Amino acid sequence: MYIPHTKTDKEEMLKTIGVSSFEDLVKQVPSKFLWPKLNLPAESLDEAQSAVRMSELASKNCRPLSFLGAGAYERYTPAAVKAITSRTEFLTAYTPYQPEASQGTLQAIYEFQSTVSALYAMDCANASMYDGASSFAEAVRATVRVTGKKKIVYAAGVNPQYMDTLKTYFAHSPEYTYVKVPMKDGVMDQTALPGLLEGAACLAVQTPNFLGLIEGMDGVADLVKKAGALLVASADPVSLGILAAPGEYGADFAVGEGQSLGLPLAYGGPYLGLFSCKKEHVRQMPGRITGMTKDKDGQRGFVLTLQAREQHIRRDKAASNICSNEALCALAATVYSALYGPEGLKELAEANAGAAAYAAERLGAIKGCSLKFKGPFFNEFVLSVPGKAAAMRQGALGRGVDIGLPLAPLYPELGETLLVCATETKTEADILKLEAAIKEAL
Amino acid sequence: MTCAPKLDNRLSIEKSDPGRRGLWCKNLLRAKANVPAALKRKSALRLPELSEFDVVRHYTRLSQLNFSVDTHFYPLGSCTMKYNPRFNEEAAALEGFAALHPLAHDTCAQGTLELIHDLSARLVELCGLDAITLQPAAGAHSEFTGLLLAKAYFEAKGETRTEIVVPDSAHGTNPATASMMGFTTVNLASKPDGRLDVEELKKHIGPKTAVLMLTMPNTLGIFESNIEAIAKAVHEAGALFYMDGANLNALIGMVKPGDFGVDLMHLNFHKTFSTPHGGGGPGAGAIVCSKALAPFLPVPLVKKEGGKYISDFGDGRSIGKVKAFFGNTGVLVRAYAYMLAHSAAEFGDIARCAIINANYVRSLLMDIYPSYSKEYCMHECVLTPGPDMTSKGLRTLDVAKGLLDRGFHAPTIYFPTIVHEAIMIEPTETESKATLDEFVAAMRDVHDSGIADPQALKDAPHTMPVKRLDEVQAARQPNLHW
Repeated sequence: MYIPHTKTDKEEMLKTIGVSSFEDLVKQVPSKFLWPKLNLPAESLDEAQSAVRMSELASKNCRPLSFLGAGAYERYTPAAVKAITSRTEFLTAYTPYQPEASQGTLQAIYEFQSTVSALYAMDCANASMYDGASSFAEAVRATVRVTGKKKIVYAAGVNPQYMDTLKTYFAHSPEYTYVKVPMKDGVMDQTALPGLLEGAACLAVQTPNFLGLIEGMDGVADLVKKAGALLVASADPVSLGILAAPGEYGADFAVGEGQSLGLPLAYGGPYLGLFSCKKEHVRQMPGRITGMTKDKDGQRGFVLTLQAREQHIRRDKAASNICSNEALCALAATVYSALYGPEGLKELAEANAGAAAYAAERLGAIKGCSLKFKGPFFNEFVLSVPGKAAAMRQGALGRGVDIGLPLAPLYPELGETLLVCATETKTEADILKLEAAIKEAL
Repeated sequence: MTCAPKLDNRLSIEKSDPGRRGLWCKNLLRAKANVPAALKRKSALRLPELSEFDVVRHYTRLSQLNFSVDTHFYPLGSCTMKYNPRFNEEAAALEGFAALHPLAHDTCAQGTLELIHDLSARLVELCGLDAITLQPAAGAHSEFTGLLLAKAYFEAKGETRTEIVVPDSAHGTNPATASMMGFTTVNLASKPDGRLDVEELKKHIGPKTAVLMLTMPNTLGIFESNIEAIAKAVHEAGALFYMDGANLNALIGMVKPGDFGVDLMHLNFHKTFSTPHGGGGPGAGAIVCSKALAPFLPVPLVKKEGGKYISDFGDGRSIGKVKAFFGNTGVLVRAYAYMLAHSAAEFGDIARCAIINANYVRSLLMDIYPSYSKEYCMHECVLTPGPDMTSKGLRTLDVAKGLLDRGFHAPTIYFPTIVHEAIMIEPTETESKATLDEFVAAMRDVHDSGIADPQALKDAPHTMPVKRLDEVQAARQPNLHW
C-alpha cells in the first residue's frame, strides 16, 4: 500500500469537493457493477514478508554454468551502468514531452542514437524499439512501404523467433510472400540470390547468423540494389567491435538486439531494439527520435522530433503504433558503450570470439562430437553430438552445466546438434567444465 | 544555499580524449580469436573515450536536468505517474530472476514460471475475465496483440470483418494499431458530455465491425455510464468489445471489466501496476480475454502440471509470437511485487484515492480553469485556460511552461484533441493532499501572474536548464547524432 491519505485527509477532501461520501463521485458507474467480490488474498504482505516470498521464488530458478546464446547473451553488467540507470531522475521520468524539464533524458537518447549509428556505421537511429525481433519486423515493414513490393527474401540463418515475429506483424496481409535463401555450409547460398531477389522488397540477413556463423557480405548489397530491393541487416552490436558493420557493406536498414550491450538476461526482457537506417529513409523510422536544436537564447538543447510520423499526431496514418519504447535500456546500453569505448568493445568482441574458438576446439575434439560447419563464427557454433541432444542437455543440467540449445526442433535438417555459446564471461576453466559435462552426458 | 551544477551540455564524445579508458576486458581467451581479416570491421568506431569517473559524472549531471516522479509532482494525464516502490526494483534485481536466460530449461526456471502463473491468475481475477498473455512489451504492443486475437477469432468462425470502431477521444495508438493490422478505422464523434453516443454507435456498427475499442474511463476522465447498452450493441452486431486499459487505475478493485461485457482488454504495468516509466520505457503489457479468445493467445503460456510449471505451446491455434522470447519479464517481477503488497480490499483503495485526488484538484481549480465536463471525474480531469487568459493570448502551452518554473511537471497538454486547449491532469493516488494543495497554488499563481504580465508567462520557462526550444529547426534540419 502506497497511499498517503489519512482518514481525516479523505474526509476533508470530500468536503472540499462538496460531496458527503465517495459513492457520490462514482454515480456515473452503474451501481450493480461496483465493489464486486474479488477472489484475491484477504491480507497483503508487508515488505519483509514480500522479500521472503520474492527470494524464495528467485531461488527456485537454478543457476547452471550456462552456454546458452541464440539471441540473448550473458554479459557482466558494470556497476557504473547500474548506478546510472538506478538514478531515479532517469528511472521515474517519462517520455520527454516537456523538453525543458527533460534535457537529461533527451541528451542521453541523442547519445544513444549516436552510439547505435556509430556501431552499425549508419546515418541515423531511433530512440529504440521493444527488442531485436520487433526492430527486425519494423525494418522489413519499412522496406515494403518504400518499395511497394510484398515479397520478402530472407536468409535461412535469420533467428527463427525474428521470422515468427515478422510473420505475426504481417498476419493481416496474406499477399506477403516469404522466400528463404537456402543454406549452404551454414550460411546463405549467395549463388541463389539473383533469381530469388526478383520483385523483392528486401533481402533480410542476420550476421553473425542464428547458427553463429559470419555471413560474407561482400557484393551482396550490389545484387540487392540491382534487383530494386533494399538490404536489411541484423547484427549483434558487440560483434561489431571487430566484425564489418552493416553500413560498411551497404545495408539500407540495420537492426539488432541491444540486450547484448550489458543488459541482464531477465528471462527475455526488458531488452532493447536497435534500429538504424540510411538518411534517405529517416522518415520511415518508427517511434521516437531525438534531435539537437537551439533554445531561444541560442543555447544547445534537445527535443523529440519528426513527430509527424507518429501515432499521437498521425493516428491511423502513422508509420507504427509504437508509443513507449525502451528508454532506460537505451540509457544502459549508452553508458555501457561509453565505459568500454572503441578499444574496450573491440576487446569484448575478441574475448567472445576467443572463448567460442577455444570451446569449439575442445568440444570438436571429443570423440563422437564434431563441428557441424567449417566457416568462421563469432561467439557460438553448432556442435554435432552422437546421442540425443535434448537428453544430453537435461543430463548435464543435473551436474550444473547448461551445455547449449538443442537445435532439432528449429532445424531438423541439422540432425542432433547443440548451439553452444561462449561469451567474455567464460574462462578456460569454465570451458573445461563444459567439456567434462558433455563427455559425461554422452 | 544549494549550488546547482552549471549547465554543461557538451556531449560525451566532446569530453573524449584518445587513449582514455573506462573499462577493460582482460579475458585471456581473447588471444584465441581468429576472425579472418576479410570479415573484419575497417571503419573506426566513433565512441567516446572516457574514464569511468567521466562517464559517471556526465550521466549523473544529465540526470539532474530531468524532472521525475521522485523529484517532482508529475500529473501527466493518462500516464498514471504514480510512485514506483523501491522494493519492486530490489526484487527484480535478485540474481535468480535477472540472470535467467530466456531459453533456460523449464526445470531451471520454476521460480519465474511460478511468478508468471500466480501473477496471471491474480490479474485475470481483477479483470473478471478468463485468460491472459503477458508477452506484449507495452500498451500499444498489447493493442496490436488484441487485434490479432480478434482477427484469429473471426477467421476461425469463417467471418471477414474489416472495421475497428474508435471514438474520437481515443489514444492515437488505437487507430494506429488498427491500420497497422490492415483494419479500417471508423471514428465516432463523442457526445457533448464526452461520452460515446450509443445511437451513433448503432449506426456505425454492423457485420463489417470486428472490434469496438473503448478507453474506460475515457480520456476525459468520464465513465461510459451507458456501458451496458454499448456492450449489448457490440455483441448484437457479432463484434468484440475491447477495453483500452490505459486508465484502469480509476477502476481497479472497484469494478471488474468482464462484468460489463468486455471481451478483451489490455493492461499497462508501467501505469496501473507501479513499474517505473524509465524516461519512456521499458513498460510491459498484457491482454486479458474471455474463454472464446483464449485459444488464440500468443505462446508460450505457463501452466501447472503435476506440481511443476511448464511452458505451454497451445494446440496450434495461437497467433504465434509478438516478441522474441517470453516478454518483459523483469517488469513483470516488479508488478508481482506490487500485487503482493495489496489485498483484495486495498486494490479498491487505489481507485478510491485516485478518484478523490482528481476531483479535489478539479474542484479547487475549475473557477479559473473551466472543466470540460460538468460532472465529477474519475481518475483525471480535463481543464482549459479560461477566457480571462485566452483573451490575453495565453494558451495551454504557456500554463505548462509556467508550471515548470514553479517546480511542477506539466500535465498532458492538447490531448484529448477533441477539447480545445486541453490540460489533462491525473494526480494518481500516491500524491498527498499537501502536494495537491501546493500544485493548486502553483496553478492559481500561473493564472494570476499570467494575467498580470502575459509576456512573462509566454517567455516561460525562465528557470529551466534551457529556454523554449526551436522544434521547427529540429524537424527541418534533423541533427540526430554526433
